[in-house]
Order: sequence, then structure tokens, then C-alpha cells
Amino acid sequence: MLNFLRRIASLCRKELLAIFKDPANRVILVVPSLIESFLFGYAATYDLTNVPYALLDQSRGSASTELIAHLDGTGVFHRVAMLQTQGDIARVIDSGDALIVIQFGPRFEQQLNAGEFAPVQLILDARNSNTAGSAAIYVGAVIDSFNATLRGGTGPPLTVEPRAWYNPNLETRWNILPGLIASLSMIQTLMLSALSVARERENGTFDQLLVTPFSPTEVMIGKAVPIVMIGLTQSTIVLAVALFWFNIPMAGSLVTLYAGLGLFTIASVGMGLSISAVSANMQQAMLYTFMLIMPLVLLSGLATPVRNMPQFLQTATLINPLRFAIDLAQRVYLEGVGLLTVVHDLIPLLIISAITLPLAAWLFRNRLL
Amino acid sequence: MSGPAVALIANRVHKRFLVKETGKSTQAVADVSLEVQMGSLTALVGPDGAGKTTLLRMIAGLMTADEGRLDVLGIDVAADPQAVQDRISYMPQRFGLYEDLSVQENLDLYADLHGVPQAMRRNRYARLLKMTDLARFTARPAGKLSGGMKQKLGLACTLVRSPELLLLDEPTVGVDPLSRRELWEIVQQMIDDEQLTVLVTTAYLDEAEHCARVFVLQEGKLLAEGTPEEIRQHARNLCFIVTPPQGQPLRILQARLLDDADCIIDAVPYGGSVRFIRRAEVDPQRLDSLLGGIPATAVEARVEDGFMVLLRERHDVAPMDTAISKAAGGTKNGGNGEDNAKREPDEVVIEVRDLVRKFGDFIAVDHLSFSVRQGEIFGLLGPNGAGKTTTFRMLCGLLPATSGFLQVAGFNLLRARAVARRRIGYMSQKFALYGDLSVMENLEFFGSAYGLYGKRLRERIDTVMQQFDLEGREKSPSGQLPGGFKQRLAMAVGLLHEPEILFLDEPTSGTDPLKRREFWRRITALSEVGTTIIITTHFMEEAEYCDRIVIQDAGRLLALGTPQEVRMQAGGEGARLNMEEAFIRIIEQERRKNSESPAGEANP
Repeated sequence: MLNFLRRIASLCRKELLAIFKDPANRVILVVPSLIESFLFGYAATYDLTNVPYALLDQSRGSASTELIAHLDGTGVFHRVAMLQTQGDIARVIDSGDALIVIQFGPRFEQQLNAGEFAPVQLILDARNSNTAGSAAIYVGAVIDSFNATLRGGTGPPLTVEPRAWYNPNLETRWNILPGLIASLSMIQTLMLSALSVARERENGTFDQLLVTPFSPTEVMIGKAVPIVMIGLTQSTIVLAVALFWFNIPMAGSLVTLYAGLGLFTIASVGMGLSISAVSANMQQAMLYTFMLIMPLVLLSGLATPVRNMPQFLQTATLINPLRFAIDLAQRVYLEGVGLLTVVHDLIPLLIISAITLPLAAWLFRNRLL
Repeated sequence: MSGPAVALIANRVHKRFLVKETGKSTQAVADVSLEVQMGSLTALVGPDGAGKTTLLRMIAGLMTADEGRLDVLGIDVAADPQAVQDRISYMPQRFGLYEDLSVQENLDLYADLHGVPQAMRRNRYARLLKMTDLARFTARPAGKLSGGMKQKLGLACTLVRSPELLLLDEPTVGVDPLSRRELWEIVQQMIDDEQLTVLVTTAYLDEAEHCARVFVLQEGKLLAEGTPEEIRQHARNLCFIVTPPQGQPLRILQARLLDDADCIIDAVPYGGSVRFIRRAEVDPQRLDSLLGGIPATAVEARVEDGFMVLLRERHDVAPMDTAISKAAGGTKNGGNGEDNAKREPDEVVIEVRDLVRKFGDFIAVDHLSFSVRQGEIFGLLGPNGAGKTTTFRMLCGLLPATSGFLQVAGFNLLRARAVARRRIGYMSQKFALYGDLSVMENLEFFGSAYGLYGKRLRERIDTVMQQFDLEGREKSPSGQLPGGFKQRLAMAVGLLHEPEILFLDEPTSGTDPLKRREFWRRITALSEVGTTIIITTHFMEEAEYCDRIVIQDAGRLLALGTPQEVRMQAGGEGARLNMEEAFIRIIEQERRKNSESPAGEANP
């Protein structure tokens, strides 16, 4: 046993030395995950902060002016044009100058005063459906509250008072960054592990390794441990950015989070090492990895919820470790749940590791080629 | 082509390189002046790191000289490299074949790159394919060709257009004697037919024999120049052959001669005898006692002899004896206690019976049988693609056999547990240690791989560091060591755990004669203390160092026995063949017999 540990330790030491002696590696392992977590934190957002709109007010009454004042008062909408005719609408939408056009008909004021329905037309540029949808809901809310003030005390009998749990201000960032803790580190661990054996094969060092008394399992563990360590360090970088830069409060315990992440990283290293074991050279390993990363991220629920996908794709996500890791990270981080609650995420990760790691070890010696 | 009569003039050319890690610069080419005549074949020879490649690259306009002037075809290269490149062809050491493209596609690609008009291609292709004997393989991907065929294809791609000057950088490294001869025939034919001017660098000095002029470079400086005859003159009347009594391995006598650096400049095994060069001023009596009274016959000097004399005269090459005797003392077989069971001499340590390896429907190794006894130096020879490497990899346990029986040190290494693999050492053809790790880190890692640790590991590392002259290099990144050091480090790693059997895959490929002598001296010393050695090589003279050799072609065993027996098999009693001649004869006889089956094989 002592001997076994000593041998694993010396393999790990070799692996870490080989990774960190390369100055390019040292930079690649830290800087991109820092930059990307800032990038995602700021750039990947569906939150409305700035909606340009154009106004076509044919009624020119006080009611429309008041409503528009409410809209401008939100700080989210700002007017970029005052249109004169219906024909101008297409121009501002097509050019992208305005995301929405608000049109008050010539009889708006009269209808309102007469107590009739007074329609307000909203024209949306739905080329970006997400933003357009959110903008429409936002305008709807403004009009609702305008309605309420208009009718004075006799408001509508029912009101909806939404409470957004775990992300009270519905900020996309809160959703994205915990997901990134898993996905950014996956990209790097997958890459590192996919290249590790392929690089040794290309350099001829793998043969030299295979003629030594190391068993394939030892070689596999010796390769997996350092990369898992690096993967967890990467997760820590993203976690630190989320916690200390974006100040997203963490509800769960670090121990739970790391236990889950550890298992997830092992599963991705298993996938990476299997790729590496079948690749003849680094170029192949690189291609396989890129081919894999895109669907893994897309089918993970990071950007779009898994439940929105067609049934067969939902089934496909069941072999995607990232899907479970993102769910786990978000729930532990935002909801603060314990390990027992996310056990449905842990079991698939365990199964994936239990298949990929022995497969990689077997492939080291029995590569199909 | 009415150009100047001189194809190339180098006038006091200098080039230095900055070594990034140490911040020091090395002088790659120092004050070299030379001239190459139009329509001639000229060779640049010298040990590794002599600056041959650098000089060639400067001539091709891929680098500029720090000082001095290079005129190629009457053009100043530094001023207008493109004009020079339009008129020359350059084949680097590792020619850029596209491995996934077929032979024909590679040719088309290079023809397109050089703008060869369609009208000319047909004839040109037909001729090149005929010369290279690749016509049968036009549809085969270049990556699936054997090493020799790849090299011929590289040459064909270089010659898709008719250059005025052809630069070849070590075109025959890693190529077997048959393919080597064919490559030279192609070059010679181009010179005869098209008055091509060729400048070639080479580590094989027998190749310099055909050249019109030879330039000997060393450490960036021009050591000598002249016709092959003029180079030979340096060793005139100094070359002898001596035949040891029957039954005594050549290498014993050869080692004894080589170790006496005061008397002997060089000694190599040659066709069943030892060929040596004595120092001009040597005392005849001392020489006689060194030879043990065996009469020596004077022979004609070769270019290689002249080269060795030049190198030893000008440059004090470290005397080998001290380092090597350390090698012998340091590695005692059986010192490793329980793992290295003492073995009786003559005990069979490697047994191969009916070994077969197929790749798809291609048979790389075809029912091979042989055995190796403890303490033997056993050579695996054969042309490129003959199945040597496949055999070698199966022996080391790197590749499973399709069928057959295979036992190394009593185990099948592929399935064997750690204990069995502890008994072998392995040194691959390419440097295969971790380049980013320092010398010490590599030794520590591989030491621990073999279960050495603590005090025992320290002791072994100290021993091999001393044995292979690596002291003072502990912290250097292994990948940046000079070639000779890399090889010594690789051997040190292979011997760290005192294996019973040492596997060496083309250890001398691409190394110069000096380093090859030194290397073999170490191998001889190892075998003296009982280590069994399995080695592959393309240098046929090196087969003479072996106790027994096997010659393979197309996966089959063609000859097996002592070098003497193999020579006899090739030429009968009377013919005094050297090993290379014997080898070519055996292969050709066999290929004639099987002329219906094509000779080219895929290289797995």
C-alpha cells in the first residue's frame, strides 16, 4: 500500500511538473478562467437595462403623455425617435434604432375618457425574441400600474405579486455564474486530460512509461489526480469571482459544493482521458474535445433550460455530466441545499466516472487501431 | 541554363544562436568559406552540431548569416532570398509530406506549389515514379509508406521541377542500406541527365566517397576540404585489418584497441575482422603487443578514415576508456537482490516461436522464431518496413502479438505484472524522456517507476550520473541537452534499475561516427557484465558488434546467426563480403524469389 501510494505520488509529481514547467500552461490555466468569468458575469445577461423605443402618438393627449412619462421614469426605456406617420415604423425597426415602437391611435384619449377599451399598439423587433419578450412584459407592467392609478381606489379585484425566490431581482448573472463554476473548469480539465496521453504518445514518452512496472490503472490515477486538482482550482477561481466581485451571496456550504464538483471533475477527467487514449496524436485529441464541448455545453441547461428541449434531447442530457453539475452548483449555491437533496445529480456523475475511468485505463494498453 | 560556373560561393559566413534558457549564444557557423562548382555533387560532413544544417538553411535563404556573404547562382541570398528559392530545391531532414494524401496527391501538391505547368507534369511524374519505384503505390497514403519509401517520395516531390541547385539535408538518416543505395542512384541519375548541382549533408561517410568534393565541418568551422582522395590521404598508410582467432568476438579486440587512444585513432569491426587506424608516430612494438601478436594487414584508406584522423588530430575527443570502464564497473548484474535472479550464462532469456502480428490483412511479422541467450548482444536487422520495429515492440510488451509464443525473462511482458517489466530497460529511437523535466527529475521519476526510492535511489542516480558523464547537468531541462547528452541520459534511465535485458531501438540513427563508437563501447562494456542487449540498427557495420543477428524482410526471417555465419550464407566461403554487402545480397535473393509479391510494406 505504501509502495502504491509512493508510486502514485511520483506519477502525480511528474505530471504536475510536466504541466507547470511549460510557461504557456501556467498562464492558460489561470488567466482565461478569470477573464471568462468576468466576461460571462457582465456580458451574458438577458436583463433589460436599456431599451430604445420610438413613439408614434397620434392622439396627442394628456393621457398618452402621462403614460410615456411613466415609461421614461423606469430608466430602462429611452426614446430615440418621435414618429409622424405609420410609414415611419418599419424604418426605425429595420434599422435597429428602436427595439419597440409604441403607437397611440388618434382616438386613444377619447376612448379612455369614454370608458371604452383604449388599445395601445406595441410593435416589437422580435429578431431577438428574448429581449423583445422581456421588453413587452415590462411595458405591460407599466401600463398595468398606469391602469391602476387611472381607476383610483377601485383597482382590479385580483393582483399578482410575484416573489422570485433564490434570485430576488431575477438577475441572469445569479443564474449564470454558479453554472460557470462547473462549465469553465470542465472545458479546461477536458482539454488537459485529452491532451495528456496524446502528447505523451506524440513525444514517445508513453512507450517509455508503458515499459515501466506501472500498471495502466496507476498511470490513469497518476494522470487523473493532478488534473482534478487543477480543475478544482479553476472552479475556485470562478467561485471567488462570483462571491467577491459580483457579490452573489452563497446560500449553501462550501463542503457540499466541493464534494459535488470533485465528483464532476473526476467524471470529466474520465471522459478526457478516454478521448486521449483513443487519439493517435494531439490534433485528433483536440478535435474530439472541441466536437464534444459544444453539445455538452448546449445540452447542459446553462443557457437554455433542459425542460424546453424536445424529449429525445432531454434524454440525451442524461449522459452529460455538465447537466448534473450545473444543476448541483446552482442548487447548492443559490438554494443552499445539502448533499442528500442533490443525490440525483451525484449518482449519474458517479456512474459516468465509473465507466470512463476504467475505460481510459484499458485503452492505454489496448488502443483500437 | 547559362549561369556562372560556380553555383555557390560562401565568403566568411558566421551565424550565432542565442540559447534562450541560458542566455548564452552558441556559434553555429564560424568563418566558413567554400565554393561549389556547377554540375557537381558536393558533400558537407561533420559530427552532430557541426553546423551543417544551419549552413544549408542559410544557403536556401531560410536564415540570414550574421556576417559574411553567400552568393547562390550569382545572387546574394541575403538581399533576395526569393529569387534564390525560385531556382533551387531544398529537402529538409524531415520533409513535409502530407501523410493523409496519396503519393500522387503529394506530387500534385508540390507541382502546384512550384507552379509546374500541366504539360510538363506527365513526363516528369512518369520519370520520377519510375526512378523511385513508387509507380505501384501512387494511390497509397504517404503515411502508410515505409521510411525508405517516404524518403524517396520526399525526394521526388523536391524534384517535381528541375532546380538549378539541389540541397539535401541528411537524406538517408533512418533509411536502410537498400533504400539508401536507391536514393543515391536517383540523385546520381539526376546529375548525369540534367547536370544538376547537388549539395548534400550526411553523417554516413561512405556516401561522401561518390562526391566530387567534400567539406568537413566541425563545431561550425571548416576543418578540411578536398576531393575524397585528398581526404583519404590523411589516413594513408595508417589503416589496417586484423582478424582475431576463431571464436573470439570481434568487439573484445576492437574495444582493447579503441581504449588505447595513444596508439589507435579508431577501430571498428569490419567483415569479420577489426579495421583500425593507428597513429602515425606509434611505436611498432607497442602496437604489436596491443594486437597480441596477431598480424595486421595494411588496407586502403576510406573517406571515413581520413575524417576520423582529422577529427582526432585537431580536436581532442575525450578519451573513452575512463568513462567506459566506469560503465563496466557500475552496472553489475544481479545487484538488485530478489528481482534480478542470477542467471546462468547461456540460459535462454528471450524465446520467440511462430510469432505473428497482423495489421488488418497486412502481415507485419510472419511466423518468426528465435531465442536469445543471457549476455548476448542480439541485433535485429532489416530494411524499412521489414517488421523489425513491430517485433521489437512486441518483445517489449508495447504491442500485443496476433499469435505465437513470446517470452522475455520468463514472462510475456504485455500481460506480465510489474515484476517482469522491472527486468528490462528500454531506449526508444526518438528521445522519449520528459523534455520539460530536468535531468534529475527524469531520473527520479523513472527510478521511482522501478520501485527505487530513498537512499537506494540516490545511490543509483549517483552511479549512472557518473557512469554516463551527466554530472553538472542535473538541473538542465532534458529536452535542451545536446544530442549526445540526450542519448546518454536515455541510456542512464534505461539502466537505472539494473535490468537484465536492455532493448535499444535504432540508438545510433542520425548520429555521427564519433558518437557511434562511444555508444558501442558502452554497449560492449555492459555486455561484459552480463546484460543481454537487443538492438535494431541501420548501420550494417554495427551488426559486427553483435554476437548474433537476425535479418528480416517482409515480416519473415531470412537469416539468423553470428555475423560470420550470415556473411557465409550470403556469399559462401570464398567471398569476403562486408556486412552491408551481405545484407543487400540476402534481401535481394529473397526478393527475387518472391518477385510476385510487392516489396513495399506499410509501416505500422
